[in-house]
Amino acid sequence: MERFSLDAAHLLAGGMVLVSFMMLYQNRILGLLNVFAAHAVVLALSVAWQAYVQSAPHLFVTAAIALILKAIIIPVALHHMVLRLGVHRDIETVGGIGPTMLMGIGLVALSMVVMLPAAAEADPIAREDLALALSVILLGLLMMVTRQNAISQIVGFMSLENGLVLAATGARGMPLVVEISVAFSVLVAFIVIGVFLFRIRERFDTIDTQALDDFREGRE
Amino acid sequence: MTAFLHQLPFAPIDAVLVVPGLAALLLALIPQYRLGARLNMLASGLTFLFALTLLLERPDPAVSFLFVDDLNVVFVVLGTFVGFTTSIFSASYIGHEIEIGRLKPGYIRFYHGMYQALSFSMNLGLTANNVGLMWVAVELATLTTVLMVGLYRTQAALEAAWKYFILGSVGIALALFGTILIYMAARPVIGEGHDAMVWTTLIANANAFSPELLNVAFVFLMLGYGTKVGLAPLHAWLPDAHAEGPTPISAVLSGLLLNVALYALLRFKMLLAANPLAVAPGPLLVTLGLVSLIFAAFMLYLRRDIKRLFAYSSIEHMGLIAFAFGMGGPLANFAGLLHMTMHSLTKSAIFFAVGQVAQVKGTQKLADIRGLTESHPTLGWSLVVGVAAIAGLPPMGIFTSEFLLVSSTFAREPLLAIPLVAGLLLAFGALVWRLTGIAFGPPSPSVVDAGRRPSMLPLIIHLVLVLIAGLYLPGPLVAWFQNVARMLG
Repeated sequence: MERFSLDAAHLLAGGMVLVSFMMLYQNRILGLLNVFAAHAVVLALSVAWQAYVQSAPHLFVTAAIALILKAIIIPVALHHMVLRLGVHRDIETVGGIGPTMLMGIGLVALSMVVMLPAAAEADPIAREDLALALSVILLGLLMMVTRQNAISQIVGFMSLENGLVLAATGARGMPLVVEISVAFSVLVAFIVIGVFLFRIRERFDTIDTQALDDFREGRE
Repeated sequence: MTAFLHQLPFAPIDAVLVVPGLAALLLALIPQYRLGARLNMLASGLTFLFALTLLLERPDPAVSFLFVDDLNVVFVVLGTFVGFTTSIFSASYIGHEIEIGRLKPGYIRFYHGMYQALSFSMNLGLTANNVGLMWVAVELATLTTVLMVGLYRTQAALEAAWKYFILGSVGIALALFGTILIYMAARPVIGEGHDAMVWTTLIANANAFSPELLNVAFVFLMLGYGTKVGLAPLHAWLPDAHAEGPTPISAVLSGLLLNVALYALLRFKMLLAANPLAVAPGPLLVTLGLVSLIFAAFMLYLRRDIKRLFAYSSIEHMGLIAFAFGMGGPLANFAGLLHMTMHSLTKSAIFFAVGQVAQVKGTQKLADIRGLTESHPTLGWSLVVGVAAIAGLPPMGIFTSEFLLVSSTFAREPLLAIPLVAGLLLAFGALVWRLTGIAFGPPSPSVVDAGRRPSMLPLIIHLVLVLIAGLYLPGPLVAWFQNVARMLG
């Protein structure tokens, strides 16, 4: 049982790294959102498994947040926004997909090299989880720097945040995990949507007032 | 006085948080500008008074999430003081911005509410006795400032806010990973649960932590909180956020928020220093500090926007402070603390002046601001004094701290003193060159001044304090700083 719970935890965390790689090569924004939803589903499964293994029922709350907010609400909202803005075109990737994937592999190797010896004294479930979580974080960062589009940057940031939640839930008995994940998700969601609404609304505003000014000048 | 404090129905440390917290909620409901500005000043003033009482009365760390020691009380008192004077400046400045129509009156509730929310989160970050709570507070402070930077809703302001949000969030995310690693290092020693994140417990047991985990954790914490401090090469958000936001926010960013992030960094540096096997955090800070100093000194020559110029000067000075704390030892730590205090006071004073300059000249472009001492003598000469102080001319306080830093570096690591002095001279040259353009010569045209003039009081108070500190440091203050310098190791 001990062995099995370990393997299942590693499988789910490794699955997140895999889905992170899938995000790297999505060149359509709607496809990216779908893969991000899958990322959040794997995170929810992984957190739920940790909750079961550690018999820490409060972690089920974190899993539920990941599932409902990150796998359903945010992707659906972004989906609508993308369609309304009419930006469901290709996304440019700096340096091409091949080099990006190679860099991603390098980052995963780096996090293994750094974390496995450093966390040698921690229990094995946490040790490998930390290394995999760091991989997810670094891949999220890589995605943020290789993408120009604001929505893909948000998705990159949210996948990075998923890596943080993975690390926090893997650290047995860490306090404030639920609070931190709630605060992080809600605030990020608010800001993301807020910035977008402001951008769109203000842009219409300025266009409107500009038109009004021009009109008035023309009359006088 | 202590007896009086015992009479109060609440602890002063709670008041430092409760006053801005309640004020944020109240001000979010007040649409009238004058009333809001007055209440904002009142709340900031009260917070400052309660912060002062922390010098006399400490809470018991065993019963509270919060704690006060000799180190963070310096930050809290300095921060609430600058918060108070900035609220006085903000009252007249924002009034003018509304009169000229740059700021829509509808945003007043939002602005004042966020101002107090920022004050709350900074005080929470400084007094939290829990590394997780401290992280949450710094995150909250970042988000409130992001919203304030975008306040003008222009394309440039929104872009600056966006850049700040993305870079700040990445920094904050890396800091969280570092915090998780600190917990992982503490758990085998302290045990599971809340205690393994309590600062006082962490520092008491740090010598038994796994040094490898601490090393990795510190790298993430340094990158994460270092982004918030504005250390090069992680500084990219800072100039934009300073230039595009309202000027009171530039003053608060430079005078307060950078210090809060620096405080977090210092706490973790102490943690590493308490573990004999962990890597020494000093050289890392020295390197980042020197890179920031030299880089910012060169960039000062290329600036065309007056607020960006002083934003780069903040990067330079945060670099100097990081260098000082990285050097460590009683003298360099003392110089770092003094420099931090003087920089907060001087830089916010400069931003008070710059905000008015931008209003009377109607522009932030350096090329269009000339001959200030002739067209606006009081404002012009105050700016001259402020820039002379920030450039490190005697007899101002920054000269004292820079002199201490340079002399202690020469005594211990002469090779490091060469780039340090070079950076200082470069920055000095850039500032003096820019200052002569702004302040002297034939004046450029001013905007016809219809509105009322902002208050000069906060500016003068700050500069007088900096001047006094340069001429004479009171004995108790010196003793206090020496004590903290020993604590920092």
